[in-house]
Amino acid sequence: MRRLRLNPIVIALVLAVILFVVGGLVQPGFASYGQAMNILRLAAFLGIVAAGQTLVIISGGEGIDLSVGAMITLGAILVFRFGDGQNDQALLALAIALGVGLLIGAINGLGITLLGIPPLVMTLGMAGVVGGLILVITGGRVEGEAAPALTNLVSGSLIFGIPGVVLLWLLLGGAMWMVLQRTAYGRRLFAVGTNRVTAKLSGVRVPSVLMLTYSLSGMLAALGGVVLLGYTEQVFLNLGDPYTLPSVAAVVVGGTLLAGGVGSYFGTMAGALVLTLLTSLLTALELPESARLIVYGATLLLLLSLYGRQKALRQ
Amino acid sequence: MSAARGSVGPRLRRVALRQSYAFALLLLVVTVAINYYLQPNFFQPGILSGNLLLFVPLMLVAVGQTAVVIGGGIDLSLGAIVSMANVIFVSLMSQEPSPSRILLALAAGFLAGILAGALNGFCVAVLRFQPIVTTFATSFIFAGLALYVLPEPGGTMPPGLVNFFYTNPLGLPMVLWVVVLLLLLWGLLRSTRYGPYLYATGGQDLSAFVSGVPVSSVRFLSYCIAGLLAAAGALALALSTGTGNPIGGTDLMLQSIVAVVLGGTRLSGGQGGVVGSIIGVMILSLIQSIVSFSGAPSSWQTLINGLIVVAALAGPGIVALLGRRRQA
Repeated sequence: MRRLRLNPIVIALVLAVILFVVGGLVQPGFASYGQAMNILRLAAFLGIVAAGQTLVIISGGEGIDLSVGAMITLGAILVFRFGDGQNDQALLALAIALGVGLLIGAINGLGITLLGIPPLVMTLGMAGVVGGLILVITGGRVEGEAAPALTNLVSGSLIFGIPGVVLLWLLLGGAMWMVLQRTAYGRRLFAVGTNRVTAKLSGVRVPSVLMLTYSLSGMLAALGGVVLLGYTEQVFLNLGDPYTLPSVAAVVVGGTLLAGGVGSYFGTMAGALVLTLLTSLLTALELPESARLIVYGATLLLLLSLYGRQKALRQ
Repeated sequence: MSAARGSVGPRLRRVALRQSYAFALLLLVVTVAINYYLQPNFFQPGILSGNLLLFVPLMLVAVGQTAVVIGGGIDLSLGAIVSMANVIFVSLMSQEPSPSRILLALAAGFLAGILAGALNGFCVAVLRFQPIVTTFATSFIFAGLALYVLPEPGGTMPPGLVNFFYTNPLGLPMVLWVVVLLLLLWGLLRSTRYGPYLYATGGQDLSAFVSGVPVSSVRFLSYCIAGLLAAAGALALALSTGTGNPIGGTDLMLQSIVAVVLGGTRLSGGQGGVVGSIIGVMILSLIQSIVSFSGAPSSWQTLINGLIVVAALAGPGIVALLGRRRQA
């Protein structure tokens, strides 16, 4: 059976353009330069969080990280508290947030590799633990201030009206490409995701690769929380929750296989853009929330039908 | 399996360990013991069944999730289905409904649950989309429908029904009735051809397909069962709270997966069972009551609860690790 095989990244980018044009047609002002930059900025938050999710999903073995939402909130809260609105403390706060993210990701990795807990439930359990940690740290009330430098980076424009966070995202995109395509870790990651036994027999230390992968995911989620804080300037106790499953969806829409071993971060970036455009478009249409949710779900389902299908049983 | 002859002890132990829920059973005993230590009146029937009654919705959802997981899938939309069926029940039953109206509401809610499950099943089993992202996508549709039916929490369930939910029919607590009913239905299902088909599908779908198992229909049906049980969970939720909430089921989805895994059913499919999941739900309920009776400050309780749940999930892995150490 011949099937038209399109590059998922191309599909996602074409979809993004279509959504943007449709948005411009139905809502004048949607397709303006400023609005485009705003959408890119929103996409950057999802994209940064989904970077770690991409690595985890490529690593295979039913790999998924459901603790990213809680990690985002924790990252934002740590910077909020330790930074306390001072620029000179911002770097220290950033280091603390990233370090904690790395540590919590490492604990995820430990549970998954050493104790054989399935990634889905390990990271889900960790989300509960991190949620509890947040309550302990804050006592339910969040006090602190976002550093002006952080707010400037995210909300201000550096060149051509492009927000700093978008440039940061592009930088991350380049770094992710380097890591995946040009480093030993990247090669091992794809090997582990394709077939763990083969990878092990070829001399790859599978547990170390997985540990590093989940640690990076925790760290990148914390980074996502930090930049999100620069945008919201306030922290809510469920700040990151709406990003958990969309980060998985962005990865899948970007053509990375949930089975592992195949994928790219450029795809995820395109996926994050598509999902953000869809949300922005539905918001711009001023539909009631119920209709917005239904259309979002239906569109997501439609997107999956384009390339999210598994092999047929009858071959 | 022949009847036990000769040395009963080791054989009994082997049989017990072969059950996927052996570890869950151990955990159940431990959590019950700790609860008894913290609350000496723990075993008074009213208190025990009262605590568990709050977990009936989760129990129903977890049993549905078990069927899907055994069949090799996962359903992230069950929480949204609960919300949707919940508001359908409540909005059709508000304001002193007639008996026929109540029947209509029940039919509508259960039908909605089954149809939602059928949509999931169609996408996963027939169109062969990936279960995780598919049910994540459909969860938005069901959540949207729930908000459409009832935009704000509210409405009331008929007091007669609510009171019935809190009674002890024939002197036995309602929780027990639910558990017995679920076990009977599960036993019935397993005694039909569907039982082995479901395990075969989840274990290795290609081999099952080649051996003539109607894999797509089996999987489709597992999602319908989950949808039906989610609707039952929605009814239990409506009865236990007495009101409707368009996001009332949200937390149940992920908890149901934790309960299933605690109960010894593997997410890779083809193995496990409902008994384990019911025990898993009881463990979650008991952990929560341990935490709230431990005297820990309230801001710490979520963290402690989360840590104990992770420790419980890690249990079998730790046991295996220690076993390997001893052998080495």
